[in-house]
Amino acid sequence: MPPSLDLVLQNPAIWRGDQYAKVAVESISSGFAELDAQLPGGGWPRAALTELLANQQGIGELRLLAPALAHLSREEKWLMLIAPPYRPYAPGFESLGVELARLVVVSTRSQAETFWAAERCLRSGTCAAVLAWPGPSSERMLRRLQLAAEEGKSFGVLFGPTRNAAAPSPAPLRIQLSAARGRLGLQILKRRGGGWAPPLSLALDTASADAERALRVEPRCIPARAPRLRRTRHGVA
Amino acid sequence: MLWACLHIPDFSLQLLQRAAAPVEPVIVSTGGNRPVVLSCNVQARSHGIAPGMKMSAAIALAPDLVERHRDATGERHALACIAGWAGQFSSMVSLSPPDALLLEVEGSLRLFSGLRQIMLRLSGGLNELGYTGTAAVAPTPTAARLLARAGLHSTVTDPAGLESALSGLPLALLDQPAETVRMLALAGVHTVGACLALPRDGLARRFGQSLVDELDRALGKLPDPRRPYEPPARYRARLALPAPVHETEPLLFAAKRLVLELAGFLRMKQAGVTRLKLALRHEDRRPTVVALGFSAPSRDPQRILRLLRERLARLELPQRVEAILLESEEARPLDSRNLSLFPEDNVPEEERSAVLDHLRARLGVDAVYSIASHADHRPELAWRACQIGVRGEPGAAEPSVAEYRAGGRPERPLWLLDQPRRLPVQEEAPALDGPLTLLAGPERIEGGWWDGNDVARDYFVAANGQGRRFWIFRERGAASTWFLQGIFA
Repeated sequence: MPPSLDLVLQNPAIWRGDQYAKVAVESISSGFAELDAQLPGGGWPRAALTELLANQQGIGELRLLAPALAHLSREEKWLMLIAPPYRPYAPGFESLGVELARLVVVSTRSQAETFWAAERCLRSGTCAAVLAWPGPSSERMLRRLQLAAEEGKSFGVLFGPTRNAAAPSPAPLRIQLSAARGRLGLQILKRRGGGWAPPLSLALDTASADAERALRVEPRCIPARAPRLRRTRHGVA
Repeated sequence: MLWACLHIPDFSLQLLQRAAAPVEPVIVSTGGNRPVVLSCNVQARSHGIAPGMKMSAAIALAPDLVERHRDATGERHALACIAGWAGQFSSMVSLSPPDALLLEVEGSLRLFSGLRQIMLRLSGGLNELGYTGTAAVAPTPTAARLLARAGLHSTVTDPAGLESALSGLPLALLDQPAETVRMLALAGVHTVGACLALPRDGLARRFGQSLVDELDRALGKLPDPRRPYEPPARYRARLALPAPVHETEPLLFAAKRLVLELAGFLRMKQAGVTRLKLALRHEDRRPTVVALGFSAPSRDPQRILRLLRERLARLELPQRVEAILLESEEARPLDSRNLSLFPEDNVPEEERSAVLDHLRARLGVDAVYSIASHADHRPELAWRACQIGVRGEPGAAEPSVAEYRAGGRPERPLWLLDQPRRLPVQEEAPALDGPLTLLAGPERIEGGWWDGNDVARDYFVAANGQGRRFWIFRERGAASTWFLQGIFA
């Protein structure tokens, strides 16, 4: 009996263009089911570099990572923020569920120091996640960081501008971020296993959902005179 | 009992060459009015210089000779430091001045899986400290020392075999006056074996009881108690460099000798160092001091050296360095760790803090910090930079995660500006890359009258046309003056 087409397609050596190959990579759930479905291994890769490319800060690029970071901060390892663009605000991180005792901020004076610190942390094996804002980066540096992340089994995230998307990168996962009407738009540029990924639009949290509603109701700006004051007087014991 | 003896021949010369091997002929002399060569290095030997030679003769042979006086105090101290290092191999270490150590090793056989392993680690470790020595094993300390002095790496474990092992050794190795040895030689007695063959009472009468006693102790016929070495509370060692240096690498090389010694000392103490001081001595200046701090006690020499390398590479030395001094300032107990079946299931504190110590050593102590919430309503004061691993204060004014989730508490941004930034106003509304839409608020935050930084602000969450979200406020009573304070990243 000749083998049926279904049987042939079950052969792991056959790849269909509308799928990405399932690869066994150790990963951590991103907390967003739609995104997990598109990521090889079902989440952020744990021992690899991930590039998040966005031109602006404040569109939700960190809240995208928040569920994973909150989960990783339960481990006995560090979460490193290397050369963040602004001062990390403790109550904000706390409200996302990140254990602050595990959070370490590293300020650097130059790009070389940022890369050095990121590589050292990724390689150490004692950092669960390393988030770095290095500015423009060269392929050689990225390759070193990727090797370090593999060696230290660390979740490395590099934030960069979208113009980096044109340059080749050894990072196995590259995602371009954009703001889309109160949601966060994601376009996976590169992932393990290949295949084209459809653009995603994630509602990051309820606050963003509120934001979307507000945007829909009031397409133009609310007058600066706020309508109703919720009087909550704090601070006096 | 099984005794191992570590004998370091030409100890005073080896001490000089420990930090770096000199290229010029070097000799150690007795000093004083009629200096005599005590020991000399290979280069000096090739000029024809030999121990026992007068200094004037030696200088005539090699005019570029470097002469150093013997430093008996320094040697005693260096020997004690080696004893501290050797304490990791045995609980009973005894000094045998001027140039040997005795270790009782029978009690350590099981821990180090056999005599061969112990001896390999002893002599290998000694080489790493910068010394070359002979290691011999015998059932009595005196016999072990005789064998080691003879330059024999021999191992005698059976007391019955002692006599035959010692019989060939020359009498000059004994701790006897030179006169006794000379007289015995005149009588045709050159070896220990020949001496043992002589009648005991006659030997004692002619050459003194001490000779017979020493031979008896060597053979185990007399008790041979040794005073155990008592290590000091802190490690402190000095190493002179043969020639003053300005570069990092030779300094690190010299420091490595001492760091390895320190690591052995700490292992013996079952401790790890938390504060360490390296002083670099200059000729006529105050020493340059490099202080290292460790977040968790450590005795890993590689880790200590890595931090030292970072610090030394960034150091501006005012002058060349002629000696280094390493001192453990503070140590804390650190138990040995059992190897885990699953190596990743628990990361010890020492390993976790290693990366932070390295970052601090290179980027500066203030560049690596953690953040914590602080009990204050004013956003700029509601956080603190703090030491890593410290939890925020209990009862901080900001609500907990659960409260945020459940009660719909006002959102807090992830980035905070160091200084609130004044926003331009377009058409009566604040603008930042386009007009801002107010999404949530106002949230009135008032407070600070008690410390003079009184604030009364209405906070809003705002978004611009590109989808960026900001935390902005306006002062109460100044309706159209807007400030940006945070970014919802």
